[in-house]
Amino acid sequence: MLRRFRKTSALIVVLVLMLSLLAGCGQEQAAEPAAPAAPENPDVILATTTSTENSGLLGVLIPKFEEQTGYKIKTVAVGTGAALKMGQNGEADVLMTHAPASEQPLVDDGYVMDYTLLMHNDFVVVGPAADPAGIKDTADASEALKKIADAKTIFISRGDDSGTHKKELKLWAAADIKPEGTWYQESGSGMGNTLNVTAEKDGYTLTDRATYLNLKENLTNLEILFEGDDSLMNIYHAMAVNPEKYDKANYDGAKAFIDYLVTPETQEVIGEYGKDKFGQPLFFPDAK
Amino acid sequence: MNTIIAGLTGALKMIFLGDPEVFRVTFLTIQVSGIATLLSIIVGIPAGVFLALKRFPGRRFVISLVNTGMGLPPTVAGLWVSVFLWRYGPFGFLKIMYTPAAMIVAQFVIASPIVMAFTIAAIGQINKKLHLQILALGASRFQYYWLLIKEARLGLLAAIIAGFGGVISEVGASMMVGGNVKGQTRVLTTATVMEVSKGNFDVAIALGTILLILAYSVTFVLTIVQQRGGNKS
Repeated sequence: MLRRFRKTSALIVVLVLMLSLLAGCGQEQAAEPAAPAAPENPDVILATTTSTENSGLLGVLIPKFEEQTGYKIKTVAVGTGAALKMGQNGEADVLMTHAPASEQPLVDDGYVMDYTLLMHNDFVVVGPAADPAGIKDTADASEALKKIADAKTIFISRGDDSGTHKKELKLWAAADIKPEGTWYQESGSGMGNTLNVTAEKDGYTLTDRATYLNLKENLTNLEILFEGDDSLMNIYHAMAVNPEKYDKANYDGAKAFIDYLVTPETQEVIGEYGKDKFGQPLFFPDAK
Repeated sequence: MNTIIAGLTGALKMIFLGDPEVFRVTFLTIQVSGIATLLSIIVGIPAGVFLALKRFPGRRFVISLVNTGMGLPPTVAGLWVSVFLWRYGPFGFLKIMYTPAAMIVAQFVIASPIVMAFTIAAIGQINKKLHLQILALGASRFQYYWLLIKEARLGLLAAIIAGFGGVISEVGASMMVGGNVKGQTRVLTTATVMEVSKGNFDVAIALGTILLILAYSVTFVLTIVQQRGGNKS
């Protein structure tokens, strides 16, 4: 029995060795590109909204930045509410969000600095192609929402304190409606998932254009039914966490990233992103 | 239907053509969950043996806590580990938030109660007379524990399998403390969630398939180890 046990232990040891070996290989692969003169504190935590990550834009912007500067960006994609909270608590170095009304207090209270306008796109209301609430030819966003509420067709809200959710609540308030009842449902999740739920339930929802265009092929029954209203502007800002409030914040890295985002070259990349795939840009650069 | 087929063929392609990103994600998954399981074995089995054998006041209460810990939701574990590891949290000085190390800590917290509880059950099941027999044969304390552990081998390997299965499949904690950072903390489960939210269902199915194959392979080896000579001892 003892021998058998030894054999068993040997087998476990071999297994563990194999696994760590495999794991080791993975690490070597990860460490291959030689960074140009690595900065003193290379790790930069970027707290951002899910739309910049899910649209694939960050996947284009960040590798270039890392290559140029040697910084390593850790992208934590959460809702705008959570991203701003992380900034306010000093748990991130740089923020990229799209809820100006919620961002301003952080700027005013000195939690963040270098508040920089980056780009915009717009929100659209999507819904079933048949448009049961008839919002297609309404004059403005308030009227469109009113029609959805009157018809009591299903409306899926993000319900997650994200930038899109904040915008949606603002629009309801502007229309003077308290969305309540079985027709108004909260998905409590990101834009992509919310669109999937909306498609399954044949409902309406408010979405940023970029995420919608990205997922369009899976959302065959949904169409853009209302767009173009001024109140549907979706504005993105970047900001650095103030190192005087939080000494652990990597301000140099945050500043370098913001500087990179507003260079003419990066702004051009932002403006071009999505054109080849969707026939239209997903974001419009605004930095001057 | 097309999505399912695209997902399954995509998985095969990724495995056999060797997509470097998928390999990296898979290796990190093995690394994080493997180390977390190992640590939980190192802590969980001795602690389980101790709780199974030692009589002390409040023992049942402690065991009931451990048993409840088996059902600890990964997101709750992730939340607590986050709160402790944040820059301005009590262990912020370690600077491991959003690194694989943080994920190992979170998964260790998830796996340990599982390994411990299974160990308590496995050791507790051993015939009382065997304890006397071992001691009567003049075993030292160390030999005594060692023989008990060997005797409970079937149950202890079940503990390891359950612990590993618990952590390799969890997503909530890894997402929270790892952040799903590309090339750094992205593992199979968090990548799957992300691909679903991006609407890439075929890629998500492919990643999920790789995860299942991985979980199966490891569990298969452990099961072989568990069942070898299981009847003889």
